[in-house]
Amino acid sequence: MKHGGRFVRSQKMTIVNGILAIVLILVILQLWLLVATTNAYLGDETGFLVPAALASALCLALILGLIRYLYGLDR
Amino acid sequence: MRHDPEIGTIAPDGRPLSEQPRWRKDFPIDWPRDEYVSRRDFTKFLALTSLSFFIGQVTILVLNQFRTRRGALPIVAVTRAADVPVGGSLVFAYPEPDSHAILVRLAEDRFVAYDQQCTHLLCPVIAQPDQDRLHCPCHNGNFDLETGRVLSGPPERPLTRIELTVRGGVVYATGVDVRSA
Repeated sequence: MKHGGRFVRSQKMTIVNGILAIVLILVILQLWLLVATTNAYLGDETGFLVPAALASALCLALILGLIRYLYGLDR
Repeated sequence: MRHDPEIGTIAPDGRPLSEQPRWRKDFPIDWPRDEYVSRRDFTKFLALTSLSFFIGQVTILVLNQFRTRRGALPIVAVTRAADVPVGGSLVFAYPEPDSHAILVRLAEDRFVAYDQQCTHLLCPVIAQPDQDRLHCPCHNGNFDLETGRVLSGPPERPLTRIELTVRGGVVYATGVDVRSA
């Protein structure tokens, strides 16, 4: 991972904006998944639950990876 | 430490410090720094939001593993047909022993039954066959006696209809109309 000191502030700002945009999209995707899963659960459709949980876990893993990079920026 | 050429206060309007009002000169804020920190922290907060959504998914998955599956609904003898006069009604328990339903005799050979809970705020509805409706006294909701559809008031969904069969002079509840449930 690149050390945060390699970037000037304007570059860091661009990186943070980019990460924020990606994280926001992933969180909205997770929200959609949660709503769809709740709907499926209440409608007794269980086939959708495991793939949705896996997709949500993947989104979380991606977000945590990006956050780790974000912490590295300020080190 | 390496020199960062952008260190310094930049006002939100972008004009140099010499053109700024005095209050801003007295209390200079590093606006780009402030913006950077707030966006970074917001991104970190979104990670917590993401974690909570994932926990929600897992909770639903776990709940689904442990919830009891309801099989076919039982067939229950409600009453003898002769015991309910035309225009009369009867409250009975169906499908669970603690769930209330209301049976109404519309004609000599016609019975209807509905879940007695109003679809607005679960108050018990009462039959008013003379006005062809089921009435909820809590908030003046009214349902059509023949179909269970909403006639007036705050309810938005029809009453859940209970399927009936009459055999040998006995009225049986045989199930719940899924489309209306």
